[in-house]
Amino acid sequence: MKIILKSIICMCALCCIPFSATAEGLIMARATHEFPEAMMILQNAITRHGYTITRLQEVNENLAKRQFQSDMYRVVFFGKYQEVKEMSARYPELMPFLPLNITIFAEGDQAILVASHPKMLESLFPDPTLKPIFDHWETDVQAIMDQVRESK
Amino acid sequence: MLIRHFYLIVFLWLGIVQAQAAPTGAQLYDRNCAACHGSSGMGGIGVPLALPSFQASISDDYVRKTIMAGRPGRVMPAFSQLQPEEIDALVHFVRAWNKQPPVAFSSARIKGNPAHGKKLFDQNCIACHGENAEGSKGTGVTFSRPRDLPIMAPALNNPGFLAAASDAMIKATLMKGRVGTPMVSFYQTGMPEKDINDLVSYIRSLQNQPLPASAQLLHVDSPVIVRDSPYDLKTTVENIKAAITTNNFFYGRVQKLEYGLTAHENENPNQVIVYFCNVSLLNQVLGIDPRVGMFLPCRVTIFEQNGKVKVMTVNPKVLSALFNNAELNELCDQMSRSYTSILEEATL
Repeated sequence: MKIILKSIICMCALCCIPFSATAEGLIMARATHEFPEAMMILQNAITRHGYTITRLQEVNENLAKRQFQSDMYRVVFFGKYQEVKEMSARYPELMPFLPLNITIFAEGDQAILVASHPKMLESLFPDPTLKPIFDHWETDVQAIMDQVRESK
Repeated sequence: MLIRHFYLIVFLWLGIVQAQAAPTGAQLYDRNCAACHGSSGMGGIGVPLALPSFQASISDDYVRKTIMAGRPGRVMPAFSQLQPEEIDALVHFVRAWNKQPPVAFSSARIKGNPAHGKKLFDQNCIACHGENAEGSKGTGVTFSRPRDLPIMAPALNNPGFLAAASDAMIKATLMKGRVGTPMVSFYQTGMPEKDINDLVSYIRSLQNQPLPASAQLLHVDSPVIVRDSPYDLKTTVENIKAAITTNNFFYGRVQKLEYGLTAHENENPNQVIVYFCNVSLLNQVLGIDPRVGMFLPCRVTIFEQNGKVKVMTVNPKVLSALFNNAELNELCDQMSRSYTSILEEATL
C-alpha cells in the first residue's frame, strides 16, 4: 500500500510539471482587440494579480510633440509596495529594474504587448536568494500576458 | 500482480492526460509567434509566414531549423526551450498555410563559381539585401517602414539563415521569385541557370566568412552602471538634472521609487528616480525596434544608504541581446556612453 501511495505522489508531481516552457528573451503577446480595449484588459489583469499600477508612460504623445508619427504606445509600470520596499532595501542594484513594466502598442486594429522575462534578472543578479522572487514575478507576468492574449 | 496492473493503468492515464494537455500547434503559434508574425500569419514585426509565394518556396525543414536556431542578431529568437514535438506541431501549423504541393529540397551542395556569383550579387541583389548580404534594416511592418511592403529582405549572410536554407531552396527562390514581394524571378528576367548556380554558391560561401556584425550582440560585464556620489542626495539629484541637459537630453521629472505604490508621505525619500528623454533618439530607436519601449523613458536612480549616495542606470547594452537585434548595438553603445557621462559629470 505504501508503494502505491508513493507511486501516486510521484505521478501527481510529474503531472504538475508545466508542459510548455517560457520563451527566450522577451515575453510577447498579441491582443486581438483595438488598443483602448487591450489596454483596459491589461490594466485589469495587472490589478487582478495584486499589483498597483504606478504610472502610464505616454510614449506616442511625446513623439507627437516633436512631430514624429506613431501609433498608440504606452509603458505600464506596476508593482507591490512591500516587495519594492524590501527588494530595493536589500538589493539596491535592482532599483533600475523596478517597478515592473509592460509595453503596449497599437498594431492596426490589434495591440502588441512586450515585457522582459523577470527571470532574465537571474543571469544579471545570480544571488540564489533572489531566485524565488524572480520566479514569482515571471509567473505573474506570464499570467498577465496570457490573460490579455486569451481574451477574445 | 496488482501493483503491475496499477502501474499500467497509471501510465495509460498519464499518457492520456499528457496528450490532452499538450498544446496544439495553434496554441503554440498563438503563444510564441503571433505577436510578431500576426494571428493569421500576415506578418508585422516578423515576416508574413502565410504569404503564398513564401510558403511555396520553403520546406518543413527550413521552418523547423528556423524555429530552432532563429536568426542571431536579427530579431527572430531561437526557440530552444520548445520540445521536439512542440516544434513539429508548430511546423505543421505554419505549413498548413501552404496551398501548393509540399516541397522537400535536396541538401546537396550546388556547384558554381562564387567569385562570379559575387559580381552578380553586386549587380542584382545589393539594393535589397545589402552590400554584404546583411538584409534590410529595421523590423517588419511597424514604426520603421511603410505598411505597403509585406516582407523585409532577409539577411542572407546570417548563420541562422544559412543553416536553415539548403542550396536547392535558395536556387528555387532565385528561379521563381516570390510573388507579392520585391523578390523577382531571375530566371524569368533572363538570367541563365549557370549564373543562378553561381549566385547560390556565393551565398553559400558567406558561411565561411567571419560572423557578420549584424549577427553579433553586445555583451555586458554589468547590467547596471553605478557611480558613487560625493554629494548629498539632493545635490546629486540637481547635478544629474544638469548633466542630462549637457548630454543632449531633456529632463522629464523626479519621482520617488515607491511613487504610486503607497501614500506620498510613506514614500522612501532616499530612493529617487530622475526621468529624461531625447525624443529624436527615441524615434530613432523605435524605428529600429518598436519593442524597446519597456526601457523608456531613460532614467537614473539615485539612492542613499548608510550615509552614502550612489547613482545608477540600466546599462543600455543589455538591450542588444535581450531583443536579439544587432542593429541596436550602435545606439546602445552610444546611450551607454551618454549614461556614463551623465553619471560621471554629476558625481565629479
